[in-house]
Amino acid sequence: MTQLTARRPAVGSPRTVPTRGRFRRGRRALIAYSFLSPALLLMIGLMFVPIGTVIYYSFLNYAIVNRPGRPHHLVGWTNYQQVLSDPLFTSSLWHTVAFSVLSVLCHLLLGLAFALLLNSQVIGRVAKGIFRTLIIIPWLFTITIVVALWRYLLLDPHGVVNFILHSLGLPTQGLAWLGQTNTALAAIIFVNVWAGYPFFMISLLAGLQGVSDELREAAWVDGANAFERFWYVTRPHLRPIIVSMSILDLIWNLQNFATIFLLTGGGPANSTNVIANYTYTTAYFDQDYTAAAASAVIILLISLVLAVAYGWSRRAMSR
Amino acid sequence: MTTSASPAVRRTRRPGPARPRRAAKFWTILGLLISAGFAVLPVLWMFLSSLKPNRQILQTPPRLVTGASSFAGYSKLFHDTAQLDSFRDSYLIGGAVTVLTIVVSVLAGYSLSRMDFPGKSAVMTVVIGVQSVPPISLVIPYLGLITVLGLYDSYTGLILTHLVLTFPYAIVMMTAYFDTLPRSLDEAARVDGASSMRILWQILLPISLPGVVSIGVYTFMLSWNEFLFALMLTKQHVRTVPIRISLFIGQNAVDWQAMFALSIAGSVPVLIFFLVFQRYFLGGLAAGSVKG
Repeated sequence: MTQLTARRPAVGSPRTVPTRGRFRRGRRALIAYSFLSPALLLMIGLMFVPIGTVIYYSFLNYAIVNRPGRPHHLVGWTNYQQVLSDPLFTSSLWHTVAFSVLSVLCHLLLGLAFALLLNSQVIGRVAKGIFRTLIIIPWLFTITIVVALWRYLLLDPHGVVNFILHSLGLPTQGLAWLGQTNTALAAIIFVNVWAGYPFFMISLLAGLQGVSDELREAAWVDGANAFERFWYVTRPHLRPIIVSMSILDLIWNLQNFATIFLLTGGGPANSTNVIANYTYTTAYFDQDYTAAAASAVIILLISLVLAVAYGWSRRAMSR
Repeated sequence: MTTSASPAVRRTRRPGPARPRRAAKFWTILGLLISAGFAVLPVLWMFLSSLKPNRQILQTPPRLVTGASSFAGYSKLFHDTAQLDSFRDSYLIGGAVTVLTIVVSVLAGYSLSRMDFPGKSAVMTVVIGVQSVPPISLVIPYLGLITVLGLYDSYTGLILTHLVLTFPYAIVMMTAYFDTLPRSLDEAARVDGASSMRILWQILLPISLPGVVSIGVYTFMLSWNEFLFALMLTKQHVRTVPIRISLFIGQNAVDWQAMFALSIAGSVPVLIFFLVFQRYFLGGLAAGSVKG
């Protein structure tokens, strides 16, 4: 008896250890997934199911609104053909591209300029803190407030912006910035840039703090001027942040709805219509939810392609 | 001759920070003043306008400072229950979204940072990837699903949809934050026989407060600012502050003073909130975008 018990572990161990290991691994995975389960449930219920639904809608003859007497059925690519052949959709696609690319460029340039100014060594810590807080302020206002404010400042013919430009001697008095087809998109981009550059600035500021002062001073000793110091020392260091922030900002701006909807609603004469706004009007005013679903799926696909680029840039960054 | 001389001249300047330093300082401060003016002057104009009667807000030529001041905008706001209700709605939804986001992201972040399990990298990729899903693509199916579930124009409906915007980002940030804490902390506790939940609750969470706060601030601001879902999924019962302001924008004869008063009253709490937590917040945001 004693022999048996004494021998048992010796015989049993090579067999029981792997099963117990597998059991423990399974248990550990179970615990890990139970911690993840709220997040996974949200992701499935609020993302995957809706995405599946919108793709399904985009292949139906009608959705959401009831059409008594007409059962809904699949219609293939009809909705996509309808949307892609709609001149309003193609023009809104170009407006979206112009709006997002120019917004990202201006966000980057302003954010970088302000971050470099704030990172300068010639001013004290307290002054830096105050200026940083002031420069971030536009970003803290809800977009509806930003829009309300700029609709007032851009009023025609006697709005504040027109008044200031006129006193500077520019021949712009009475220009309806948001009401003319040739200025509306530029005005919208301007408002969007004003409201959004601080996010870029914050990230770039964090990146700048990682640039070693010694390297910069070494460049200075070697006779590099301010631009050369920026170009050869600071820029390579910021490059990964600039690349990934730009892609992220591009994704957000492609999806922008509120700024444009509230400033112009896509007008005048559809000159500022973007795909998000096109999708909204198709759904809400035309009550054509299936065409809107097709347009929504197209935005989704464009965003996913950019998201892959974003992931790729991050991986390149961490390497 | 000249080419070799110029670096030498610069090198001699270095110890004496006299003229180039002063010039650099002058241009930097000038640049910062212009930047701050660009950021703050429009806001200042809005604030001062909220204290002017409408006639003076629209006078020609426009003036930043006018003689008369009037608190009519604010008194109208504080006597209008419909407008006060929108504050209640926004705070309630923002608060609920913040609490739920923190719970979900702390649990998920702990699992992603501290445990190894099959499918972990796939989960992480999906969490990062779903952040790019456009709200406009989700709002159409939401409209269908939410009507089916009877959640149209309800707090629950808006809270759930706001979570979509906040929790993926929060998980990425929380995981990054847990990753900065040494693993020896929880291993010591595990040797003492503590469960995963106890390690998280009693050891990791208390020292993660800065991360939790920065996620909380960002989450609250995202929910507070959200416009599209509130526009399409609520109607009368629930009306957030951004929707209330947008109703002013849609009017033919805008009551500018009342609108600016509402805008300022709506922004001041967020501004204070930001100023108090600025340090945590900027640190967390920067960490999220640089390495997260």
